[in-house]
Amino acid sequence: MRALKQPGLWLYVAALVAWGVMVFLLDDPTLRETSFTLLMYVGLAASLNILLGYTGYVSFGHIVFFGLGGYMGFYLVSIQEWSLYPAALAGGVFGALVAGLLGLAVLRLRGAYFALATIGINEAARAFVNNFRPFGGATGLSLNYAVYGQYGGSMKALWLAFGLVWLIAIVTVVTSYLIKQSRFGLGLMAIREDEDAAMVMGVKAPFKNGNVEPHDAFRLHMSIETLVMIMLGGQGTVLGPIIGALSYERLRGYLLVSPLFKSLHLALSGVFLLLIILFVPAGVVGWLRHRFAKLRGILE
Amino acid sequence: MVHQLINSLTDGFLLGFVYGLAAMGLSLIWGVMSVINLAHGPVITVGMLTTYLLFVHLGLNPYLALVVVAGVGLVLGLVIYITAVHRVISAPHLSSLLATFAVNMIILGIFNAVFGGDQNNIDYSLGSLSIDFLNVTYSRLLAALGAVAVTVFLYLYLYFTRTGKSIRAVANNREAAELMGIPSTRVLALSFGLGSLLAAVAGSLISTIFPFTIFSGGPYELKSFVICVLGGLGNPLGALLGGLILGLMEGLIPIWMPTSWVPVVEFGLFVFVLVVKPTGLLGAK
Repeated sequence: MRALKQPGLWLYVAALVAWGVMVFLLDDPTLRETSFTLLMYVGLAASLNILLGYTGYVSFGHIVFFGLGGYMGFYLVSIQEWSLYPAALAGGVFGALVAGLLGLAVLRLRGAYFALATIGINEAARAFVNNFRPFGGATGLSLNYAVYGQYGGSMKALWLAFGLVWLIAIVTVVTSYLIKQSRFGLGLMAIREDEDAAMVMGVKAPFKNGNVEPHDAFRLHMSIETLVMIMLGGQGTVLGPIIGALSYERLRGYLLVSPLFKSLHLALSGVFLLLIILFVPAGVVGWLRHRFAKLRGILE
Repeated sequence: MVHQLINSLTDGFLLGFVYGLAAMGLSLIWGVMSVINLAHGPVITVGMLTTYLLFVHLGLNPYLALVVVAGVGLVLGLVIYITAVHRVISAPHLSSLLATFAVNMIILGIFNAVFGGDQNNIDYSLGSLSIDFLNVTYSRLLAALGAVAVTVFLYLYLYFTRTGKSIRAVANNREAAELMGIPSTRVLALSFGLGSLLAAVAGSLISTIFPFTIFSGGPYELKSFVICVLGGLGNPLGALLGGLILGLMEGLIPIWMPTSWVPVVEFGLFVFVLVVKPTGLLGAK
């Protein structure tokens, strides 16, 4: 495993581990909530980056699997009264299964046609969940408060949720690193460069996009936000989505609370995104790698 | 039952022309420069808002306002092309998708700050036409006629004027067109402007039928995607047919299932057509 001997991976993992440990030690609920959101986005961005950054397939449907997995897990916990762990796992497997089946169908499309298909999947899934009775229709599902009892009350349950998101973020980052270093990863990169040539070499184009992403939301706008994070940090790099997710979330938080920019935050985020795409298309990490060749060993 | 069916189908059919018009703008832009314009929805909203503001503040007849809206749409499209699209026109699809999405965010963000999310309604009723059991509002009828008129103009423009022909030449093969002395940048900007013009005019026609908010353009953008795929991406006249199909579907589906299921069927069909026949039902090249 040559990949495990390189410094980059260990640095990122150590940073993520230290972050989580710090949150647990400081025992501050506000810090926990911010970190929860940030780590969730790190996981989302890193997982979407496996598809987008390594292959160039633009997916607007990533959040569908996030949402369906979350809905499934939530449904199992609240209605079927499963315990959290098997439910979360089942939700993840369900999301991966749907992703695999849809992937088989739509990954044969290329470029803009693929992007359009994922927009369609996005909308179809949202409309479906809005109408699907077992998932609560338009009002959604809510958790019975008594469920928290098994996990030692709601406070403990929130800490538990944070711990799980933390672990998942780390696992996703490590996975994306290993994929980048592996032959499978090389295969994915080759798809990006030249799908035809890659197919000749025997790489199967429709592959699985399976990640365990437990959460109880189904917000489709997040697909595009996740894309923005990846662009900001640098697509196709391991560090990029982490940096992108952290800085985008911080920026948005700042814009939302600042009295000056509050009403214009959407427009300002748009201007910011446009500037990145037009002038720094490689993202922060890509730009640094280009400018400082010595950093290439660390910035993967 | 049959009466209800015919009424609902007529409504859907007439609305389909307007849907087709909006989709034509998207299809034109895709056909000429292979860019999926994610700012299409906000441009539709611009058409709605311009009509509304002219009506409320200047008392301008919404149908006369179409001329102004067309001008606004054209200029807006040119500005979007020059600022956001031109630099990424040859970049991978992600860049142009995100660049136009950024424009989407900017326009909606500004509208949200200036106008807020309230519902606006153009209070201008023309009554309705009744033949036996058939009941059609004149505003719907006029909107359909307007859409047809604009389509005819577009067709004449693309096939019988010099600039129209250069647009088709660039769509066909940009490099060859450049070699023939066609200023491709100008033609691309013009096509983007025309696409936005069509979207804005469609928005204006929609605002005479339904009340709207600043976010109303979004659903019509999504419908435009569905229509483009039904009619064949890059085929503007196919878009009109696709619009009619969608309009008829929207008239037909609510008879068998609740209205809220309509998008599930629409987008399900959309993905299905994309996977089975990505060039569209009408089989454009």
